[in-house]
Amino acid sequence: MDLIELSAASLGEAVATGETSAVEVAQAHLDRIHAVDGALGAFLHVDADGALAAAKEVDDRIAAGEKLGPLAGVPLALKDVIVTEGIPTTCGSRILEGWIPPYDATIVRRMREAGIVILGKTNMDEFAMGSSTENSGYHPAHNPWDVTRIPGGSSGGSSAAVSGYEAPLAIGTDTGGSIRQPAAVTGVVGHKPTYGGVSRYGLIAFSSSLDQAGPLARTVLDAALLHEVIGGHDPCDSTSIDAAVPALAAAARAGAAADLAGLRVGVVRELSGEGYQQGVLDSFQSTVDLLRELGAEVVEVSCPHFDYALPAYYLIAPSECSSNLARFDAMRYGLRAGDDGVRGLEEVMSLTREAGFGPEVKRRVILGTYALSSGYYDAYYGQAQKVRTLISRDFAAAYEQADVLVSPTTPFVAFKLGERTADPMAMYINDLCTLPASLSGVPAISVPCGLSTTDSDVPLPVGLQVMAPALADDRCYRVAAAVEAALDARRGRPFMSDAPALEGAK
Amino acid sequence: MASGITRDEVAHLARLARLAVSEEELELFAGQLDLILQSVSRIQQVAAADIPPTSHAVPLTNVLRNDEVRPSLPPHAVLAAAPAAEDDRFRVPRILDEEA
Repeated sequence: MDLIELSAASLGEAVATGETSAVEVAQAHLDRIHAVDGALGAFLHVDADGALAAAKEVDDRIAAGEKLGPLAGVPLALKDVIVTEGIPTTCGSRILEGWIPPYDATIVRRMREAGIVILGKTNMDEFAMGSSTENSGYHPAHNPWDVTRIPGGSSGGSSAAVSGYEAPLAIGTDTGGSIRQPAAVTGVVGHKPTYGGVSRYGLIAFSSSLDQAGPLARTVLDAALLHEVIGGHDPCDSTSIDAAVPALAAAARAGAAADLAGLRVGVVRELSGEGYQQGVLDSFQSTVDLLRELGAEVVEVSCPHFDYALPAYYLIAPSECSSNLARFDAMRYGLRAGDDGVRGLEEVMSLTREAGFGPEVKRRVILGTYALSSGYYDAYYGQAQKVRTLISRDFAAAYEQADVLVSPTTPFVAFKLGERTADPMAMYINDLCTLPASLSGVPAISVPCGLSTTDSDVPLPVGLQVMAPALADDRCYRVAAAVEAALDARRGRPFMSDAPALEGAK
Repeated sequence: MASGITRDEVAHLARLARLAVSEEELELFAGQLDLILQSVSRIQQVAAADIPPTSHAVPLTNVLRNDEVRPSLPPHAVLAAAPAAEDDRFRVPRILDEEA
């Protein structure tokens, strides 16, 4: 079997037993990137030399008899929002073009220590603001199921890389859905951990009270294995939770037995209906039926304030971003424009930010500046924070009736590039189902649950979102693994095997 | 509260945010921000006068560490990324106006 088609778990095992080498595995994926990334645009930077050197080190350590973790020698695509020592980090923005960070993010250090081989940095919406990767300051990324369509965003390079077999694993970040929505529309698994579950040290901040890094993979088990590597307390992040990470890979393995007897599943009434595509609703409904067949008790729950998650999010996130992005001031790193020896500091700063930021970033910075202005603060930002409390109370009430909550991950399947760029609100509603979990800080996973043939001329993936209470990430993995196993068994092959072959691939 | 944002207000906000936006952008953003604000203003329909705000998803407490010297990045590593450096420091444009 082709190395690029193996799961991360299988690759780690093959490297550990000497069946193949980490260098061979890295080379196979670099070859794949060379063959298909012209079509996918998933990477902003490929670090071939660094990847091969890291792989060689893994091979040497294994040859020396060292016992490494389950992902040693497995390649990974890293979202360009995470800083990497010696490797360019742009956050998808021209304002950081050519920036070489002087340090590694905590999760990068942990992955390197685990022997994970970082192939390069993936494309994204600028500063993680967007749902299609069309806001990248460099070029859009494309969906491997249909390259005329978006791979989701903002972690669209990471989802395209995993779905396009350029890497078995990727890191994404999720502020309002930026791991789950791209995973859903490209047919892969993506998990947003409990807020505080994964260190944000070295994650370039967009909206600090919401940002969380997490795994993308082609199987639930692979995502769980990666989450176990990056998760856990970090003294460098003051919002990091000082508690043990639950046993996630064990939960995924248990879930694969596809027995959910005794589990209570809540279907959120407010996350379906009008505005959702028929193919999405059909796949979702048949997955709910499947959960019942697997032994789960399905109940309907109502979370009335979820209807206000979208306006709350689009006040809170721009407010926090307008503050966070003040650091891009042309003084210590990044672009500087108009410094002619005559212009003063403020003018240079304004010209640099004008030249370096794209339109969506400017819109959000201006909106956030407005929402935080005196006179508007209570009506907008203050009110959004209160609604955030009400959303958390809705979750608390729902979790009295159910162990996990489910919904479609997105209201619609992957749309065509360019289809929604002119209207910011049309882009924002992509996040409808993912925002409540973001605002409340609870974990949520997206797992492929079907193909829609009614909403497009080609079959396109639909994702199931499974939400759990804070710190109960293991429940997400268990339920997602059960759905994955049951659907694979019914289909007789893995979900991704229905994806079309990419042009240019061998 | 009535929503609505004028072109002049957008220009003022852009100045506050240190964005030298162009005339075309002002025109475009004023229209788009007006639509976005109309949409998010819906949040004011929620009766929440007595609801405490949530600023963070998890309860935050102040985190302290021991006051011990730890290694930090050497100056050359930090200045390597600077747009302009001089004498081991960041070189910046003048910060005072001529008449000041």
